[in-house]
Amino acid sequence: MKILTNIAVSESGYLFNPTNGDSFSSNLVATDIITLMKQNKTTDEIKKALLAKYDVEKSTIERDFDEFIQELGDNYLLSTDGK
Amino acid sequence: MESKKKITVAVTGLNAVDSPGPGVAVARGVRELEGYDVRIIGLSYEALEPGIYMEGIADKTYQIPYPSAGSESLMMRLEYINEQEKIDVLIPNFDAELYNFIKLSPKLKEMGINTYMPTTEQFEARDKVNLYAFCQKHGFYVPRDKTIYNVSELPAVAAHFNYPMVVKGKYYEAVVCQTLDQAQKAFHKLEAKWGLPIIVQEYISGTEINVAALGDGHGETVSAVPMRKLFITDKGKAWAGVTLEDSRLVKLAKDFIKATNWRGGFELELMVTTDGRPYFMEINPRFPAWIYLTVGAGQNQPAALVKLAMGEKVKPYETYEVGKTFIRYSWDMIIDIEQFQHFSAFGEN
Repeated sequence: MKILTNIAVSESGYLFNPTNGDSFSSNLVATDIITLMKQNKTTDEIKKALLAKYDVEKSTIERDFDEFIQELGDNYLLSTDGK
Repeated sequence: MESKKKITVAVTGLNAVDSPGPGVAVARGVRELEGYDVRIIGLSYEALEPGIYMEGIADKTYQIPYPSAGSESLMMRLEYINEQEKIDVLIPNFDAELYNFIKLSPKLKEMGINTYMPTTEQFEARDKVNLYAFCQKHGFYVPRDKTIYNVSELPAVAAHFNYPMVVKGKYYEAVVCQTLDQAQKAFHKLEAKWGLPIIVQEYISGTEINVAALGDGHGETVSAVPMRKLFITDKGKAWAGVTLEDSRLVKLAKDFIKATNWRGGFELELMVTTDGRPYFMEINPRFPAWIYLTVGAGQNQPAALVKLAMGEKVKPYETYEVGKTFIRYSWDMIIDIEQFQHFSAFGEN
């Protein structure tokens, strides 16, 4: 699962999809996830990085991460062909 | 220092109001034409068109007769204006006036006034009344529609399309109707405003995307820039919009130009469904009011059109900046009543 390569993310967590013009504001954790996804990190690597950075249970990270990925997919931000 | 060539360009559509004409945006683009010292002549229908009075838009404006007065009275007025101004290029910006200007273009050419407009055939092929057949012929997605001349035809059309359906005026405006009562009201309103026929169209749900483009008249695309409306007024007009990176939309404009050999500027109004199918909702035969966004994104379509009209070679644009955004705003200009009175009384300012 990969985020679309042309998605622009600002330092403040503002996302812009240049294909359809959709834009989103994301919180700090979401911005971290997207930044790591854009660096081609694996799911495990991203979860480990979040666990290291935030004081939170592993199960909470697992659940929130899955929900967020679902949200990215619902908003056409995930690549379906690996691009 | 190299001196710039002088050029006089006339534009219509100075009504920069809540449902704006493209003239002010076109004039702004033309003003940025490189290598020329540009003089802009405004052509207006009403004394209260804001572009007449805005700083830096028109150097001088003349009133012209409404399209309903016919091409002869328009010609007489243009002859007078040309005697004063020696116009090099004229850019009409309203659908409703284009027919007269296209008809007059050979005479205008004789007078030294260059235009770059579609031919009558091109103009009529993409007309709302012919849009379905046109798109079917060229393999573009298009909603089903029915042209009607009497309100009594509505129930049968509604039974065919179901609700919601879209009731559209001959030139402008579209109303999404949920009931027969709403459709009848829309029919009468649009008939009173724009005349017959009325076009009833199947409703397509999706994201509204527009593409502003310029064709060279020989099947080549000089420029194409897609834009998504970010803020839409209650009249359906873009009050803010952003350029998109979507090669499929640019290709669609190129396919349209290749299929028609389109000459001049135009706007594709598309509805892109969630599964990515771009439906042609309308093809406007002139630049849209948001055309200055193409200038901001690096493709100055109005300036390129002026060059084409002057017979110059124009290299097609290949890139534009994605994410360029326009935000329209309203602004109260203060003018002296004498300026308005002068224009009203003498038809020029």
